[in-house]
Amino acid sequence: MTMAKSVAIASAEQPAAATRNGAFVAGAWRSTGALVLIAAAVALPFTISNYHVFELTQVMIYAIAVLGLNILTGYNGQISLGHGGFYAAGAYTAAILMHRYGVPYWATLPPAAVICFALGVLFGLPALRFEGPYLALVTLAMAVATPQLLKYFDTWTGGQQGINLIKVQAPAFLGIGRDRWLYLVVLTVLLVAMRVAANMLHGRTGRALVAIRDHPIAAAAMGIDVARYKTLAFGTSSLFTGVAGALSAIVIGFVAPESFTLFLSLSFLVGSAIGGIATIFGAIVGGLFIEFVPNIANDISDAAPWAIYGLTMLLFMYVMPRGVVGSLAGLMRRVQSRRATAGQGLEEQKRRLS
Amino acid sequence: MTMRKIMVAGLSAAVLVAASSVAWAAGQYSPGASDSEIKIGNTMPYSGPASSYGVIGKVDAAYFAMINEKGGINGRKINFISKDDSYSPPKTVELVRQMVEQDQVLLMFNTLGTPPNMAIHGYLNENKVPQLFLATGADQWNDPKHFPWTMMWLPSYGNESHIYASYILKNLPNAKIAVLYQNDDYGKDYLNGLKAGLGDKAAKMIIATQSYETTDPTVDSQIVALQASGADVLLTAAIPKFAAQSIRKVYDVGWKPTHFLNSVGNAVGTVMKPAGLEKGVGIISAAFAKDPTDPQWQSTPEYKEWLAFMNKAGLSANTTDVQAVIGYSFVQTMVEVLKACGDNLTRENVMKQAASLHNVKLPMLLPGIMLSTSADDFDPIKQMQLQKFDGTTWQLFGDVLSASGS
Amino acid sequence: MHQLLQQIFSGLAAGAVYASLALALVMIYRATDLVNFAQGEMAMFSTYIAWMLVNVGMPFWAAFSLTLVASFVGGMIIERIVIRPVENAPVLAAVVVTIGLLLIFNALAGWLFTYTLQEFPSPFPDRTLFGALMTTRDLGVIGVTLAMLVALFVFFRFTATGLAMRAAAQNPESARLCGIPVGRMLAIGWGLAAAIGAVAGIMVAPVLFLDPNMMGGVLLYAFTGALLGGITSPIGAVVGGLIVGVTENLVGAYLIASQLKLTVALALIVLVLVFRPNGLFGVAIVRRV
Repeated sequence: MTMAKSVAIASAEQPAAATRNGAFVAGAWRSTGALVLIAAAVALPFTISNYHVFELTQVMIYAIAVLGLNILTGYNGQISLGHGGFYAAGAYTAAILMHRYGVPYWATLPPAAVICFALGVLFGLPALRFEGPYLALVTLAMAVATPQLLKYFDTWTGGQQGINLIKVQAPAFLGIGRDRWLYLVVLTVLLVAMRVAANMLHGRTGRALVAIRDHPIAAAAMGIDVARYKTLAFGTSSLFTGVAGALSAIVIGFVAPESFTLFLSLSFLVGSAIGGIATIFGAIVGGLFIEFVPNIANDISDAAPWAIYGLTMLLFMYVMPRGVVGSLAGLMRRVQSRRATAGQGLEEQKRRLS
Repeated sequence: MTMRKIMVAGLSAAVLVAASSVAWAAGQYSPGASDSEIKIGNTMPYSGPASSYGVIGKVDAAYFAMINEKGGINGRKINFISKDDSYSPPKTVELVRQMVEQDQVLLMFNTLGTPPNMAIHGYLNENKVPQLFLATGADQWNDPKHFPWTMMWLPSYGNESHIYASYILKNLPNAKIAVLYQNDDYGKDYLNGLKAGLGDKAAKMIIATQSYETTDPTVDSQIVALQASGADVLLTAAIPKFAAQSIRKVYDVGWKPTHFLNSVGNAVGTVMKPAGLEKGVGIISAAFAKDPTDPQWQSTPEYKEWLAFMNKAGLSANTTDVQAVIGYSFVQTMVEVLKACGDNLTRENVMKQAASLHNVKLPMLLPGIMLSTSADDFDPIKQMQLQKFDGTTWQLFGDVLSASGS
Repeated sequence: MHQLLQQIFSGLAAGAVYASLALALVMIYRATDLVNFAQGEMAMFSTYIAWMLVNVGMPFWAAFSLTLVASFVGGMIIERIVIRPVENAPVLAAVVVTIGLLLIFNALAGWLFTYTLQEFPSPFPDRTLFGALMTTRDLGVIGVTLAMLVALFVFFRFTATGLAMRAAAQNPESARLCGIPVGRMLAIGWGLAAAIGAVAGIMVAPVLFLDPNMMGGVLLYAFTGALLGGITSPIGAVVGGLIVGVTENLVGAYLIASQLKLTVALALIVLVLVFRPNGLFGVAIVRRV
């Protein structure tokens, strides 16, 4: 993709002068739409059973984790097969703080975020040396080493036995059950995470990350501090996934090395790809995939459910190689640009094409 | 006046008795039980690294199906719901919640693995759902005071190595012991049980330990390191694949220790034979169930009945697997408990009956091994018997022992 | 001293196992620029095919040859049907597809052949050599791996097809312009890799015992070895695999408790890669701006 083409596409995305009013209206529609969706999401848990609320909470937790991966692998192009490690770090931070030091559950999120950010940066520094399959290996090594390290430092982590956490109680004055309360907590964190990610990715930082992904040499030539942004991407990505891990410890109420195997890291990657690796909403699709498709596969085939799961992965990749949201976004962009060019006069079209 | 009072009292009593017996005849139920059905939930690792144990779940399902064909238990059919948790605790939590809250099962039976069970036992005890006959031998599950709804079944791993420790103290008092163990609760329980059994001699006698992960391709390196320690006794606490590798490597490097092999890894068909039958001569192990590849059991009617059951259930590929025998015995225990409940299928009564097993014998357990439970003792099987491999089969020797050595 | 030698020899034996699978990984990478996460499971599945043939009475070498041919064909078919649709898609889509293949093969094997451990016959007799330092089987694995390495080297360097394959991988457009059937080259590449994997599996099964999860751990080490040696170099794959095997053994025996063996071994290898980010024998890819 040449520089000229990127500029052209970027300009096509911005509404032309003639439709600026239209843009305002569109923006208003988008905000109302978002508010409606959020309201629906808040009301939803009160219409379904506790168990389904629990499932949806899991979906949101996975979505936050996958969002972290999207930042790193989607927007910044650094592949990671080891995000289960950051997830585990967040989970155990929360668990140890709650279990050993009696920290209330909501207060474990900031420390988890900070610690995972630091871990991510620490990891991102040597990762600067690696690309492609080599980076995959290094992150894979982390994913594989995580259970072993967790078992080794058993005075802190409880070793193989894991740590059993006291169940969280909803605030009494609200009068809702534990499951619904945790759903609302996780929903809040998810919305905040998406907002933060959107701000970051649609601004200068995001453009720098994408530039580094697509043309690292050109980006450096333009004055972008590649090392700084790549490390920052690692740190931020790890922060998101770590917070998701902390939430999962709170919601499930139990952590053990067996919960954080290589398969978890691979699941995040799969969820990310299926949702759309360089999207924000794709993370939610990814979370839905990770949570529900194994269960559906189990219902379809008792004998070999993981074969069905694998087959589903394949089919998604054939039909939508850029992921669900990625493919939809691409489609919408094409429709929009066609509409934009159609709305313009012949002169405009000639000017654009020359 | 007094006569009247007596008559009223007597009449009320009679009415009460009549009423309660009517209620008794109709059956008392917790969610999951009814006049026609008993729903039982289960999670098993049908996929992933622990998938070789999935055969236990399959045997459970097949046996319940067979019982249903014969009319069920006290006229009620068993609806056995078994799901794959891939040995992942978050998945186990989700599936168990689904089975308890959506499917409304009466109880959870035979859930496998320590981390998965750790993840759910808080929830099940909090919601007063029986968690019966766990498929794990970790020592911690016999704790009726803190977890009155959780009951184990397998002889605990720690107890087993306690038995080895007693044997060593009696017959090899100057032994230098090396231990190969799987790096998780299962392996560590064996190591800790050995230490506990050796008491204050443990630090002096255990001179080397090596662990392995289930992702390790071989344990050759560990065996070489253990040999170099100069030990003359080796305890291998490993699952079949690594137990077989251990036996073979010990022989190949020319090391001849007194080799103790844990019961999980001693099946003739899946361990001794692949390792090389002649390489396993002299190995000592313990058992509580009959090894189906052992010729001494193959002529008995109990074995033939089990074999017929396996073949009819479509599980002929597993007829050399002792896990299938264990699964068979597991589910027979469950059936016994349900039968004893009669028409009172409340969760409380299920626990009560499970805690009232008294010297119950099962056809595929070794002669002399019996199940017993009480209100303070939630470990039904506490006995094992030592056996030595002679190149073809395991020869039982000595008495049936329990951890205390009696 | 004796223990040191034993650990080294055990490490070489284990390393040969990793090296044989690493060769298959390198083969696919050279042909298609893709790391095939399903390589281990494909090798395991081929081994089960061989096992079935031997079980119905076929002599070992006949079963071996038939399995090789079947795996070659199977690999080609997989490339055509499963991989072709995502060839021009983003790399991540192809990665996800290979992960999906991994799951499919593993589940199929578990379903068809159960998860119970099986024995697998070895063409080599069961004897120890050099005073219990090594067994003939271990030596057999090393020998066959080296033989495959030589065969691959000769193939890529001295045959027309090998040259065509290298061209197709490096620059598909130019290769097409030269008349090279790029699609067919990709399929042949996958077929060869599948065949190499089958050999690896058959050599390895007598040592590791056959079950659907046999290759899981091996794939990780093979991947590490292939990258350590340089993902584009077959010699690198073998050397890398052997180094990984020996390192892992020595680390576990001397450096740290066996409970951290895997972690430390991987850390050391990552350290090596930091100084040589393209592997020991790998070639740095120069990118045009």
